[in-house]
Amino acid sequence: MKRVAVLSACFALSLVSCGEQVSEIRIGEYGSMTGSRATFGTSTHRGILMAVDEVNAVGGIEGVPLRLISEDDQGRPEEAATAVNKLISQDRVVCVLGEVASSASLAAAPIAQKAGVPLITPASTNERVTQTGDYIFRVCYIDPFQGQVMARFAANSLRLTRAAILRDLRNDYSIGLAEVFKSTFSSLGGEIASDQSYQEGDTDFRAFLTTILATEPQAIFVPGYYTEVGLIARQARDLGFTGPLLGGDGWASPSLIGIGGPALEGCYFGNHYATDDPSPLVQDFITRYRDQYRETPDSFAALGYDAARLLIHALKKIQREDAKTFEALQGSEDPDDETRAQAMARLRDAIAEVRDFPGVTGSISIDENRNAVKPIVVLQIKDADLRLVERIAP
Amino acid sequence: MQEFLQQIVNGVSWGGIYALIALGYTMVYGILRLINFAHGDVFMVGAYLGFYAVHWFGLGRASGSAGSFLALFAFAMIGCALLGVVIERSVYKPVRRHSRLNALITAIGVSLLLENGAILLFGPDPKFFPQVIESRPMRIVSGVVVTNHQLLVLIASCLLMVGLQAIIHRTKTGRAMRAVSFNRDAASLMGINVDRIIIFTFAIGSALAAAAAVLVGLTNPKIEPLMGLLPGLKAFVAAVLGGIGSIPGAMIGGLLMGIAETLVAGYVSSTLRDAIAFALLIVILLVKPTGLMGRAGDEKV
Repeated sequence: MKRVAVLSACFALSLVSCGEQVSEIRIGEYGSMTGSRATFGTSTHRGILMAVDEVNAVGGIEGVPLRLISEDDQGRPEEAATAVNKLISQDRVVCVLGEVASSASLAAAPIAQKAGVPLITPASTNERVTQTGDYIFRVCYIDPFQGQVMARFAANSLRLTRAAILRDLRNDYSIGLAEVFKSTFSSLGGEIASDQSYQEGDTDFRAFLTTILATEPQAIFVPGYYTEVGLIARQARDLGFTGPLLGGDGWASPSLIGIGGPALEGCYFGNHYATDDPSPLVQDFITRYRDQYRETPDSFAALGYDAARLLIHALKKIQREDAKTFEALQGSEDPDDETRAQAMARLRDAIAEVRDFPGVTGSISIDENRNAVKPIVVLQIKDADLRLVERIAP
Repeated sequence: MQEFLQQIVNGVSWGGIYALIALGYTMVYGILRLINFAHGDVFMVGAYLGFYAVHWFGLGRASGSAGSFLALFAFAMIGCALLGVVIERSVYKPVRRHSRLNALITAIGVSLLLENGAILLFGPDPKFFPQVIESRPMRIVSGVVVTNHQLLVLIASCLLMVGLQAIIHRTKTGRAMRAVSFNRDAASLMGINVDRIIIFTFAIGSALAAAAAVLVGLTNPKIEPLMGLLPGLKAFVAAVLGGIGSIPGAMIGGLLMGIAETLVAGYVSSTLRDAIAFALLIVILLVKPTGLMGRAGDEKV
């Protein structure tokens, strides 16, 4: 008798837990929360979380809350692949957000593509990422554009004729940027005096810099990540270089100026948004982010926020237009594979249809290659702060 | 020419660091015939000790104060010396009587323990060693620049190496070390406390690694839990290059390694840097199997 009582109690409990399980929409996120580019992952995570919390604060999408499941890949591509596998097969997420580093996104994208789960990378700028397949999107610009803009900026705005390149040879992003900079700068009549490469993790760049400086460039293009850029700047100044260093969005980190210090004064880099942009959308985002995290959001926080909001925008559209699909996207009970696959395809279409979406990082339109068409800003480091110098549209 | 001189300056300042780390390998090998693979990680711990000494106690902060700066070195060096002794007592001593292979594998285990322990304790993110002395470039010849940091590396490593030579050749403990290195059993029969000498060797070797770490923190201010891996390996190569067991050999090996690396990186390609550095090792060992300064039957410490 006792056993029966226990059993029925168990049964009752399981019923209760079933009844309590509200439907929700699961969103996956993978990023480098730790490791040498930890600020990329943590900033993106904060931005995404802010967008998700905003929706949940007003009761979710028509009463259906969003649940964010985050995985740390330590900045390593092989871990990124594992993380995305787990998010898709175990957590059954409807969409994956991440990574910043192109190398990591390139490792993860084929998995999402194969599983038919949309993946939106907030900040991977390497061209090949979205070429993986029709389920892979991004909300940032691409390397060719970024490299082009910096070369145009160097040649036209700074009126430079002689530049050198110092790239990270183990990094897809860095190589991509360097190549485009090289060809654009040359086509604008400039000369590439020297093209050297280091390896991620190096701490001593004096050998490369000495070789570069012997060719007397007016500027050095360093399309690397902030950890190395700070050290490179210091060592370049030690060796007597006084010209500007130029770079891309890999510089964007709250740690950049802490590492490079005064050595970075007067340097320029292309970025996704400017904190001194007067637009109310941007200023409102910055204020709320500062309230929550006591830090000025860097561009990856802004891109994470935009990627999540773009996804939410697509989900809302589905909710309005197609209740059945919206039902299938909720995690309440697992629909059969066919229905689920159709729902995912519908979500993919909704993301692909986004035009002129007002993002913190500028107006975003998804083009036929699933890339975002949007402007780029060039910032200058001045008095240990970032200043908007120029905004260049595609 | 200026460019070449500048590359030599860059190489020598890195080479001094390798030499300091290589000394630890070579001393332990001389005494115990043990390749202490955890040595590179002791170097890493030294960098963190220096980092926290500046952050917690403000050591070295009072710019210009030599005493405060020496205190920073002393803190890291004493801390690492203790760590070296603890590792020897708790891990290497129990396996000392068994085959040398056991000790070697144990050393690899200690290395992994230190690396992952550091990831747990300090976090995997790189930290930035505070610039206790602002870097000031100085022009020695036109077009060749030496920073005060690089000079400091050079002077400090020279002083430490001279000091080490003095200890080994001018003191009683040093004579005992040479004796143990020559023949451990005979030394023990002559009344030398071999255990004490081994402890002393680990303490000195680890302290030198810590000094190298603080110097690296100054010149290349990025520290992380795996920072000891590659410099440790290269310093080991430097020790073998110079003739493992030979102290002058470790110094020369370290400098050669630093210069070779810098020249390859500057003139050939950074992809080939490590490959050429290790190829150099193979060539030298083929020509002279005992290393540059090592001779069979040579005095080894």
